[in-house]
Amino acid sequence: MKTSEQDSIGGANMARRSFLRYAGLGVASAGLLATAACHKDHKVIVGNSIDIGAKGDLAILNYAYALEQLEAAFYIQVIATPYSGMTGDEKALFTSIRDHEVVHREFFKKALGGNAIPALTVDFSTIDFTKKSAVLGAAKAFEDTGVKAYDGAGYLIQDAGYLTIAGKIVSVEARHAALISNMLVAGSFAADDQVDNNGLNKSATIAEVLPIANTYLKTKVNASNYGYVAS
Amino acid sequence: MNLFNIVEELEKFDPELNDRLNPRRAAIKNITSFGTKVALAAVPFAMGTMLKRAYGAAAAPTVVEVLNYALTLEYLESSFYNMGAASAGLIPAAGASYINTVKDDENQHVAFLKTAITASGGTPVAIPKFDFTAGGGTGNGPFKGLFSNYNLFLKVALAFEDTGVRAYKGQAPNLLGNKDILTAALSIHAVEARHASAIRQLLGVSPWITSTATVGNDTGVPQVNGNYAGEENVTQGGVNLTTLPSATGSTTSVAVATAAFDEPLSMDQVLALLVGTFIYS
Repeated sequence: MKTSEQDSIGGANMARRSFLRYAGLGVASAGLLATAACHKDHKVIVGNSIDIGAKGDLAILNYAYALEQLEAAFYIQVIATPYSGMTGDEKALFTSIRDHEVVHREFFKKALGGNAIPALTVDFSTIDFTKKSAVLGAAKAFEDTGVKAYDGAGYLIQDAGYLTIAGKIVSVEARHAALISNMLVAGSFAADDQVDNNGLNKSATIAEVLPIANTYLKTKVNASNYGYVAS
Repeated sequence: MNLFNIVEELEKFDPELNDRLNPRRAAIKNITSFGTKVALAAVPFAMGTMLKRAYGAAAAPTVVEVLNYALTLEYLESSFYNMGAASAGLIPAAGASYINTVKDDENQHVAFLKTAITASGGTPVAIPKFDFTAGGGTGNGPFKGLFSNYNLFLKVALAFEDTGVRAYKGQAPNLLGNKDILTAALSIHAVEARHASAIRQLLGVSPWITSTATVGNDTGVPQVNGNYAGEENVTQGGVNLTTLPSATGSTTSVAVATAAFDEPLSMDQVLALLVGTFIYS
């Protein structure tokens, strides 16, 4: 099994699934979850974890792909099960962000082809999707972490074309981050939790980002060649 | 080095703008008629170096040249917000914290880049002269009155922020693998994008650049079409994004594909957009 189900991105079914279990790439089913992580025999898969692989651009792109999978899955859930009192404007904004994250994810999947890590299984059990504050708080964490992750990994990219593409994505993530921050606290779009005294956005290493991402993933993502393996 | 290129870029820029620029354009053409050396002498040394680099040489700029280019853009932005903040009655209370945050960041960028340039063995360029009306020094450009018209001020702010994002993005390949400088540049780039998003929220347009298949500019300000040229691109790394599945269907719309990826501008593209209009010496 794989492609036909993985290639469809069913949103409607997703709403009926438990928050705890659905694949980032589509219709959740126990079968898909069980097999998605092992049908690509060239990936480094140990138990319910994967590694982004040998040092190099493919590893960094897979790292980005992992983060985009996580973000896309999150916003798919936000739209599938809107929090209480979500306004029309808010829904439109979250729908746009969802769509951006989905195309980021699909881009990496397509561009990486056979080198892509598999679909990750997310775990959003710590997020109360019925509460606006919880959703905005989680969204801020995802966006801010995403910006810091791209900024922190840029220098590891060796190909100018890939670096430019990463740049094209990170500024959109920063636009999202600024919007979400302002939705939480008006005017906090570049507050000092994310921007330092030199006016620079903070950045984070792979070893700093993946432990955060893994708290929302059943499939743990490791980067053994970049100094991080989930404990 | 050819100022004519800039003038010709400006001619394509916007008909109305060109009409307003006529006296200035004639002046620039007169300068070029005296020859390259005279034209070069008309701009500060550093800017002349950048223009030579942009228009005459194919070689990639050095790290210091990239940083001085960034510093020039930050001078532009910081001066703009400093003037805005000093203009009594311009910024309403609701926007004050937003504009002050952006102003402070841009001034910090200036200070940071000066330090980085010196630490890299270079000399920071001097601040050029600005005409925020885009009048090339006449003070009579298409954005005349921007420091007494908040909406106009925000429109110019947005063009600067979105262009700044594109400018930093365009320099990333010139800093490839440089852990300290590339990371810093990407970190400023992200902050400019945060600013762009916030200014867009103040203006009531979408926080991201949502282009059509043919027009990159989504701001409703036709004078800055050139600043958004190329944002309509839907192909990334050889992948046509519109052929990819979306959350709700088997293809992706142009609006989503363009909004999800911001596009770079090269150094010569950015200078052509700014020099002779916003930067005049």
